[in-house]
Formats: sequence, C-alpha cells, structure tokens
Amino acid sequence: METIGTILQWLIFLGMAFTSILASVLLITRKNPIHSALFLILNFLCVAVIYLLLYSQFIAIIQVLVYAGAIVMLIVFVIMLLDLEEELRSRLKLFYSKVIGSVLAVLFLFGLIYGLVATSPTGKTGSYTAEKMSANVKAVGEALFNQYLFPFEVVSILLVVAIIGAVILSKRKLS
Amino acid sequence: MKLPEIDLYLIAPEIILTAFGFLVLLADVFSPRTEKKGYLGILSLIGIVVAFFYTLPLIGSGKSGFEGMFTADGFALFLKVTFLIIAFITILISMGYAEREGIAFGEYYALILFSTLGMSLMASGTHLITIFLGLETMSIAIYVLAGMLREDRRSVESAFKYFLLGAFATGFLLYGIALLYGATGSLQLKEIATYIASKNLLRNPMLMISLVFLTIGFGFKIASVPFHMWTPDVYEGAPTSITAFMATGVKAAGFAALIRVFFTALPQFRPDWTSIMWLISVATMTVGNIVAISQSNIKRMLAYSSIAHAGYILVAFVAGNDIGISGILFYLMAYAFMNLGAFTCVILLGKKGEENTLITDYSGIGFKYPLLAASMTVFLLSMAGIPPLGGFMAKVYVFSAAVKEKFYWLAILGVLNSAVSVYYYLRVTVLMYFREPQREITGLQFSPASVLALIIALIGTFYMGLFPANVLSFAQKSIVGLM
Repeated sequence: METIGTILQWLIFLGMAFTSILASVLLITRKNPIHSALFLILNFLCVAVIYLLLYSQFIAIIQVLVYAGAIVMLIVFVIMLLDLEEELRSRLKLFYSKVIGSVLAVLFLFGLIYGLVATSPTGKTGSYTAEKMSANVKAVGEALFNQYLFPFEVVSILLVVAIIGAVILSKRKLS
Repeated sequence: MKLPEIDLYLIAPEIILTAFGFLVLLADVFSPRTEKKGYLGILSLIGIVVAFFYTLPLIGSGKSGFEGMFTADGFALFLKVTFLIIAFITILISMGYAEREGIAFGEYYALILFSTLGMSLMASGTHLITIFLGLETMSIAIYVLAGMLREDRRSVESAFKYFLLGAFATGFLLYGIALLYGATGSLQLKEIATYIASKNLLRNPMLMISLVFLTIGFGFKIASVPFHMWTPDVYEGAPTSITAFMATGVKAAGFAALIRVFFTALPQFRPDWTSIMWLISVATMTVGNIVAISQSNIKRMLAYSSIAHAGYILVAFVAGNDIGISGILFYLMAYAFMNLGAFTCVILLGKKGEENTLITDYSGIGFKYPLLAASMTVFLLSMAGIPPLGGFMAKVYVFSAAVKEKFYWLAILGVLNSAVSVYYYLRVTVLMYFREPQREITGLQFSPASVLALIIALIGTFYMGLFPANVLSFAQKSIVGLM
C-alpha cells in the first residue's frame, strides 16, 4: 500500500510539474493575450496541486482563490479594456526585450537553484510530514480569531470603506 | 482553547465612530433624495461628541489589550482628542460647503467618520498590522473624499494622483514592515525592540533597509520633502473642506504612527534615524517656505505652508526628548485649530462656481468683510508664529527641544525659516487691508455651521497661545511611558 501511495504521489507530481512548465512556456509564446491568461490559470492550478502534495493546504487554497481567481480576473479585465486588435496588428519589435528577458530569466533560475540548494531560507530544517503539516489551516484559523481578532475586524471596516468609495466614484449623477 | 480577552471599553471611541458611520449610511438610504444632506452632518457631529465623551474616561488608565495590538495610553488618547476636534470642525465646515458645491452624497460624512477611525487606530496601534490597517482605512476614505467633486476635473485629478502615489507609498511601507518581520520575527512593536536589543542586530542590513522604507512610507503621509510632490496638486484640487482635513488630520495621524513605530520599536536605531530626519527636516522646512512665497493660489500656498510645518514638527522629532514629543502633540493640536480656521476663511470667501482662491482675490476684503479678514489675519499670524497665538507657543516648544538636545543648527535653521514664512503670510494680510479690491466679491453666504467652526478655531488658537500651560501639561502627562 505504502509504495503504491508514494508512486502515485510521484506520478501526480511529475504530471503537475511538466504541465505547469508546459503551461508557462505556452503562456509566453501565445499571440493572443486571452490564451496567455488561460495558460496562466493552468499554471497556477498545477502549482496549487504541488502545494497540496507538500501538505500545505492553506497555501494551496490561497493560490487558487487569490492567484487563479482574483489576480487572473484582474489581468483579463485589463486585457479586455485595452484595444487588442491594434496590439495584434502592429508588429512590435521585441527582439531586445526578448534577449534581456531571457538573460534575466536564466539568472533568476540559477538564483533560485542556488537558494534552494545552498541555504535554508527559513532557517528551519526537517521533513514536512503529513502529521506536522495537516493542521495548518486550523492553525491559521486559530491565530486569526484569537491573536489577530482585532485586525480581522478592522479589515471588515476597511473593505466596507473601499466598497463605498468604489460605488460613489462610479455612481451616476443625481438628477 | 482559550478565547481572547475582549475589553470593549478600551475601543469604545472606535466602536462609536464605526456605529455612527453606518448610521449615517443607513439614514442616507432611508431618506428622500434631495440635495440637502445637512442633517447627516448633524448626526455625524453627535457621533463625534459621543465618541469624545467615551474617550475622556480612558485618560490616565493607560490600558492596552487585544493581545498587544491596541493601547489606550496617554499618547494615543491625546491624539484621539485632536482627531475628534479636527473631524468636528471639518464636518461643521463641510455642511455649508458640500451643499454649495453640490456634493449630494451622504457617504461624505460617513467617510469622514471612517477615516477618523483609521486615524485613531494609527495612534492606538501597538502592532504593525493594526497601524497598517488604520493607515489604509484612513487613506482609502481620503482618496474617495478628495474626488468628491466629480464634475471638477481638478478634483478627480487630485483623487487619482493621491491614490496612485499613496498606493506606491503604501507599498514601500509594507515592504519595510515585511523586512522588519523577516529580521525580528514579530510585528508587535515592543517585541521587536526587545528582540533587536537581545540579539544585537544594530548592523543588520535587512533592518537598515526596513528603516529607510518605513521613513519613505510615513514621510509620504506627513508630506515631508522629498516625498511631498503630490501635496500642492492634491490640496488644490480636493474639496477645500477635505484639504483642511488632510492637512491637519492625515498629517497628525502620520506623525502619530511615525513616533510610535520609531520610538517604541526601533529606539536602538536612534542615531541612524536622527541623522536621516535631520536632513529631511531641514529640506522640508526650506523647500516648503521658499516655494510657498511664489504661489498665487491660496490653497497651494497653504499646501506648501503645511509642508513647512511638517518640517518644524520634525525638528522636535529629531530632538526626541520629552519636551520635543509633548511639543509635537501641542503643535499638532495648535496647527489643527489655525489651519482649519484658515481653510474655513478660504471656503467662506467663495461661492458656487466662483471659488476665489487666488491670493489677489483677497485684496481689499478687509473693509468689505472685516470679521472674515480679521479671523484670516489671526490664523495666518498664528501660522507665522507671532505671539500671543497658538502657533507661537508651538514653535517655542519645538525649537527649545532642539536647543536642549544641542541641535543648535537645526534650531537656527528653523527660526530662519520661520522668519521667511512671515513674508508670505503677511502678504495676504497686506493685500486684505492695504490694497484696493481688484474685482467685486459679492453675495457671499455665511452658513451658521461654518461661522461656528470659525469661532471654535479662533477660540482654540487664542486659548493655546494665551494659556498654553494647560494643554502642555496634558501633553506632558500623555507621553509618560511612551519612551
């Protein structure tokens, strides 16, 4: 049983890892920005599954809600507000930005690998087992409603203020 | 599982401000759609008075709660009293002004209450999350209030500019907070200080960068040079009542958070931030005063003057002793009275479609509207620091704090700047009394609420100049335990 579970986990991980790499390659090569945005969602969802495999349910949920949900929504909104036809017709000269971008991306990759291999960024070591990590949603919830109760309540007022503001600034004139 | 301790009396002023904010919103929904929203202003005034009476009994208790998130110490309460006075006067001057300019939104008053709530959270927060949330509640409400004159392009520009730059400054502040958390593992101000002292992190690069980012974030809110670029445009375009609120309330709240964070969480870094703030202080005073001289619009002139005043307050911040911090509290209250008074005069001299905000519009009004001109003169002289007005005593405390800590050059530069500022304040007075009117200003309507605001501001300015000891001793008692 044990080995089948491990093999299954490996298979899911490999599937998700390759899908997310494929999705990010497609994301930067598509001409149509809406397609790019869709591949971005795919990429975020794959990463969310990888978080789940690491027993970090909370981060996985936040990844889906905030990144795949809210942020991609914003990006799609912006794409729709811009004039896409114009953008597609004009052949932008992207050569230099492509070169610089690739160099930076490779540097960033090496930086990440170095960071992961050479140092432990959190200073904590040890294995992330299911037993240790499964309680993290509960831990966040308890912190939110005990220690951080007061800021939690203040956030609700902050959001109300933001909603009122958005309504007023976009409301039609009183006639 | 232990439930958190909840002491509602501790946050009673905040609860009341929130409750009245929602009450105003509800009353607006259930009332007929008319242009007149003055009754909502009265409702908000009642809310502020009630909050005031729940603030007073807390004075002297020095309690804190909510797991180290919130404190009701003297420092916070003094500032809360200041914020409530500012909000009270702002709503009084808004009642006539909003009707005149056709701001037919009941939300206007609710947003003023919510932003006052944000200010008091900034003064009371002892945890960076509380302070940050207070700052955002205040700022978002102000961004919207600045754009309330939707027909006026300058107002929309002002709101948009303030929003974009404000969001940018918030980014810096958050980055600073995150680095502070990364280096110390806590967001509670006292815990941060204890951790830095115990681990001796004085040369930690992360903390150094964090210090710079926090300075930028707060420096934007108090409009100090070089983070002041937004001030004149935003102050000019926003509705005048909101400009007054920004120049007094937002500035005071920014100083509250700045002092709280720097003196409670980062006292070990005092030599470092003293030298940064020395430079910022001198730059702020000098740029503010010199650019103010060449302004032709009174709102822009007052904007640059408010930059200069932030510089004077920073003089006391650099000194950082007991006289300095209580002097800052005194200054913020005195500045609230004189600046709100000056903006009230600016509002009263305008009418629908004709704001009369050019400085030359003030020519000769001394004979036509003697009381208005006389009040304006009082406020301007107080800002210039002429005895026996509140602004004079405030400057005396601020500069004497610097002298006591042997920052002689800073004090000298401050006094020189103060002398420069007399020029542009007196210019308006000279125009009012010694020039022929350039064009006829007629048909001004003095709404009773604005006149009441003017009277309160006058009493405040004179009281703080003639009997400074009362307020000063209150301020001195307030800062016990802060440092």
